[in-house]
Amino acid sequence: MSKNCYIIQTNCVTPLGFDVNSNFEAMLNGDSGIQCHKNSPLLGSSFYAATIDSTQLDVAFSKVECNAEFSRLEKMLILSLQPIISKQKVTPKSVFILSTTKGNITALENKEYPIEGTYLSVLAKKIALYFGFTTEPIVVSNACVSGVLAVAVANRMIQAGVYEEAFLVAGDEVSEFVLSGFNSFQAMSENPCKPYDKDRNGVTLGEATAAVYISSDESKIGKGSIKILGDGSVNDANHISGPSRTGEGLYRSISSALKEAYINPHQIDYLSAHGTATLYNDEMEAIAFSRLGLQNVPINSYKGFFGHTLGASGLLETVFAIECANRNQLIASKGYNENGVSQNINIIHKNAKKEITYFLKTASGFGGCNTAVVFEKIK
Amino acid sequence: MNTENYISKYCQIENNTVFVNGEKLFELKDVGFSEFIKNAYKEFEIEYPKFFKMDNLSKLAFVTSEIILKDVCEKDQENDIAIVFANQSSSLDTDVKYQNSIQDKENYFPSPAVFVYTLPNICVGEISIKHQLKSENAFFVFENFNTKFITNYANQLIKSRKAESVLCGWVEFYQEKYKSFVYLVSKDGLLFHNEKNINTLYNK
Repeated sequence: MSKNCYIIQTNCVTPLGFDVNSNFEAMLNGDSGIQCHKNSPLLGSSFYAATIDSTQLDVAFSKVECNAEFSRLEKMLILSLQPIISKQKVTPKSVFILSTTKGNITALENKEYPIEGTYLSVLAKKIALYFGFTTEPIVVSNACVSGVLAVAVANRMIQAGVYEEAFLVAGDEVSEFVLSGFNSFQAMSENPCKPYDKDRNGVTLGEATAAVYISSDESKIGKGSIKILGDGSVNDANHISGPSRTGEGLYRSISSALKEAYINPHQIDYLSAHGTATLYNDEMEAIAFSRLGLQNVPINSYKGFFGHTLGASGLLETVFAIECANRNQLIASKGYNENGVSQNINIIHKNAKKEITYFLKTASGFGGCNTAVVFEKIK
Repeated sequence: MNTENYISKYCQIENNTVFVNGEKLFELKDVGFSEFIKNAYKEFEIEYPKFFKMDNLSKLAFVTSEIILKDVCEKDQENDIAIVFANQSSSLDTDVKYQNSIQDKENYFPSPAVFVYTLPNICVGEISIKHQLKSENAFFVFENFNTKFITNYANQLIKSRKAESVLCGWVEFYQEKYKSFVYLVSKDGLLFHNEKNINTLYNK
């Protein structure tokens, strides 16, 4: 008999605020964290990105920790997880899972710095040690699905009986490394990104951290707890840097998650999609959703508010999807005006109230990876 | 923990030597990794032009996996083989190369062909493409090969019917220091799929 896993607590740190509530209120107001960066040392030309103000970050961090021996990303990760840890007890059956694509990659800029400082496992150990975890930390580094894949990994490992509970934190920074890389791909939008819109022309990068506490202990279930019903993470087997034209991997990931959840597509009340605003990604998603009969489900992308936060995005967007379910609130997909994909999918264009019980989170990324997780709000 | 899953085939590459099911089948000493892996590719009669565009981590992971999969994957039909890989250095070998291409503003040449390999899971994508494995896949990073985690994760994929078999492995590459150990977990095979057996094979 498999155990059920529940998301009990969530938190996040983004350019729009350092907790879930402030972020959600900002989104309801239509605020975006994306700004134009002119004369930035990070890229030769001006660009749009959603970045966290370092001074504000330091002020917030100094309230929880006086030791300054942490990188900017480490501060963001600690700030995200700290309010959750303060309410839970870390035990020998607790696991710490970090999702990131590039971790402390900015340390590579300093050639004097020991290379070990850029190891993702060293970053994970540092955060795990800070919070007193005794089990070996797990790093999920699976491109842009990392954040939501971590939810599936926690669910699977708890079901396998290895752990009883998981503390997840996901984070990535805007750096010269990723900006120049996406720019070299000519994948960056000249304006703030417009997921699924007819005028979309690329991604806007962002930075954030998000944290989630998952437990199999049913006595911890309370108001706002969310049950994880099913998950899938299937590769396109098509191209290392472009999505499948048919959305095959995403289609199969969602099918797998729905099958495990015993849920039909028409029961899904809300879909938090990936929506990077590149031409091919959004089109691929639309095809996969249509093939599954999800075209009438209200769909949004949060990239218009936060940009693409890479390894953080899947967990950050899961946190917001949970908040939408708990408030029975749909959030308009920022940047969307007119349908720009070949399928007639239901992109949320206006904030609205809606009863949400079952919801789906999806993501896709380089390497042909895709992940889908189905959730249920506990009544 | 005993399970009803088995290790049906395994391959190790380190110190310019290829071992298949524990037997040394190829060795080429006194050359660098590029030369060695190109010769291993030829020795095992792999024909796949995309191999030559891959970064070192992908080349290592690809050849180790190919030695197992070429006799296992059925052509013209779906093979439900999941891929679960891990390593210590993520894509750091290529990260350093990419960083060098943007470090000096007088000599700034970021390349998308290099940048795409600055993610460790790209090697999983390469193997999936070769055998059209539209299957479960994940990449993890640990300080050391985490046998307990990988074993349980693979068993759970099979138990929950998300995969029929699982290609598991440790694929580590950083600046000529490398080690790969890839094995196929399925319903029949040579050895019980458990932590003890995997640790024994890994440390051989």
